[in-house]
Amino acid sequence: MDYLLTEEQKMMQDLARKIADEKIRPVAKELDETCKFPYEAMKVLADSDLFGVYLPEEYGGFGGGVFELCLVTEELSKACGGIAVCYAASALGTLPILIMGNDEQKKKYLPDLASGKKLAAFAVTEPEAGSDASAIQTTAKKEGDHYLLNGMKHFITNGEVADTYVVIAMTNKAKGARGATAFIVEKGTKGFTFGKKEDKLGIRASATSELVFNDCKVPAENILGKEGMGFIATMRTFDISRPGVAAQALGIAQGALDLTVAYAMQRRQFGKAISSFQGIQFMLADMATEIEAARALVYSTARMIDAKKGNVAGVSAMSKMYASDVAMKVTVDCIQVYGGYGYMKDYPIEKYMRDAKITQIYEGTNQIQRNIIAANLLKESRKK
Amino acid sequence: MLNIVVCIKQVPDTTDVKINPKTNTLIREGVESIMNPFDRYAVEEALRIKEQHEGKITVLTMGPPQAESILREAISMGVDEGVLLSDRAFAGSDTWATSYTLANGIKVLGKFDIILCGKQAADGDTAQVGPGIAVHLNIPQLTYVKKIEKIEDGKVTVERLIEEGYEVIEASLPCLMTVVKEINEPRIPSLKGMMKSKKAEIKKISAADLDVKAEYLGLDGSPTQVVKIFSPPQRQKGEIFEGEVSDIVEKISGVIKGIN
Repeated sequence: MDYLLTEEQKMMQDLARKIADEKIRPVAKELDETCKFPYEAMKVLADSDLFGVYLPEEYGGFGGGVFELCLVTEELSKACGGIAVCYAASALGTLPILIMGNDEQKKKYLPDLASGKKLAAFAVTEPEAGSDASAIQTTAKKEGDHYLLNGMKHFITNGEVADTYVVIAMTNKAKGARGATAFIVEKGTKGFTFGKKEDKLGIRASATSELVFNDCKVPAENILGKEGMGFIATMRTFDISRPGVAAQALGIAQGALDLTVAYAMQRRQFGKAISSFQGIQFMLADMATEIEAARALVYSTARMIDAKKGNVAGVSAMSKMYASDVAMKVTVDCIQVYGGYGYMKDYPIEKYMRDAKITQIYEGTNQIQRNIIAANLLKESRKK
Repeated sequence: MLNIVVCIKQVPDTTDVKINPKTNTLIREGVESIMNPFDRYAVEEALRIKEQHEGKITVLTMGPPQAESILREAISMGVDEGVLLSDRAFAGSDTWATSYTLANGIKVLGKFDIILCGKQAADGDTAQVGPGIAVHLNIPQLTYVKKIEKIEDGKVTVERLIEEGYEVIEASLPCLMTVVKEINEPRIPSLKGMMKSKKAEIKKISAADLDVKAEYLGLDGSPTQVVKIFSPPQRQKGEIFEGEVSDIVEKISGVIKGIN
């Protein structure tokens, strides 16, 4: 389908596709096996200016928005969901600064994140605070002109490799969610160290680590918004970042389907290409249709966010949930088309299934997305 | 401050070349045109020289108006200026007439220190145009360069690929170098570069702008005439016999008897 991209958007898409094909696809298998962080691919993305596509020009970006971020993420994910998430997770860590930061914070942090000189990460999750973000245990205690952070975060994408972290900590536990505050914490701050690096099912090139805070001294000027606004910062960030996860899912699904169509045309059984069999054709047709439907939803949501029109929480959740469910279904079916070969690591398709699974889980499980969708649906209906 | 000229060529994407078996000519319909892959290394090397020594890079191509796209591609990689040599009078040039025309185009551009070319074009595969330009300009030529060791005091020292290794040679500037793919890894353009290249003005030079003899241009100026282009006959697929030696011998003798 033609989504009527502007010339600049096409340029970004073409460039991302070129990098995906020339610099990411060739190393995807090796990095998946070795779990090595894709520093070289990140440098290529930085040198090509792609880290700044969604950031304002005054901070060294290209003045695009969530839609541009989605276009790039989708192209990179076609080649490797693991490498793509290193890029996308930096955007996730940057967005809270963009939407909640004051001028000084933006001037200080955004230019290096827009150029890709530095990577960012967003740290909310803890062992006991997954879907229930109000159960956060990490604390921040004010002492003069700074705060002392204590506690730990886990499952943090870009943990250890990122330079700039947005960390949610409780400044007033008694207030529950309203007692959470968002802090910018720089790597190298005294008392801030890294724990276990996770060994994952998929997206294995990306780094997922524990962050440990032990009397970590963070200046008060590093608070995003005000004390107690951490939960709002998190929700507002997720509302605009979820299409990014959806774009990742979309890219994984499309990348898997592209490989599968090529395979079906070349794999011969009963003297014919298996693509000539209706059983295979129907599967390919269903996959292509569902991917296109997901893309239409993701792109429309991203454009709505960029146009700053209305409440986006519901559609944002829909785009993430639908695209990731499609990615999971499509990648499982792609393996089915490959048959026994698809189950083997010699072929690239099983990795797509492993990479797809996380998109149903992170940035809010798809069950949480359904909660958000239903809550918005009922709220709208009560207004009528 | 070095003035660097990179000569590049637009060629059909060789991963996709088909020849019409009846006419023995290249089927150009639906075949994408790209920058000659070897020329990308020349462009990259020019950018690296500039990063070290300061300078200005001009890319030059001779071809039809649509060849402008590879000049823009080079600009998106970081080259300063693109120049297109285009004229009906240039059509049908062989390697002699092409290098004559390019050499005269370079003279029009002004002072130059280094000319870089890919070692050969992926379509013609002659590797003659680079050296031809050097001869027409009467400057030293260093072919098959795999590494530029240094550029200083008006001299360049390079490693030059030869059959059994490489040789280190030195030449005075200005000179022409043709480069092999071992020399570097060409960069991917940046978004800023791509945007700049969209707007960049491409300088156009026609035969009238050159101080050349008309009889040396194009088909008339080309001593080489292509008599015929053909696809080599396809090799027949071999057959592999497996099993016990005695069985194989029997099968082979059967095949031989079948032929007779």
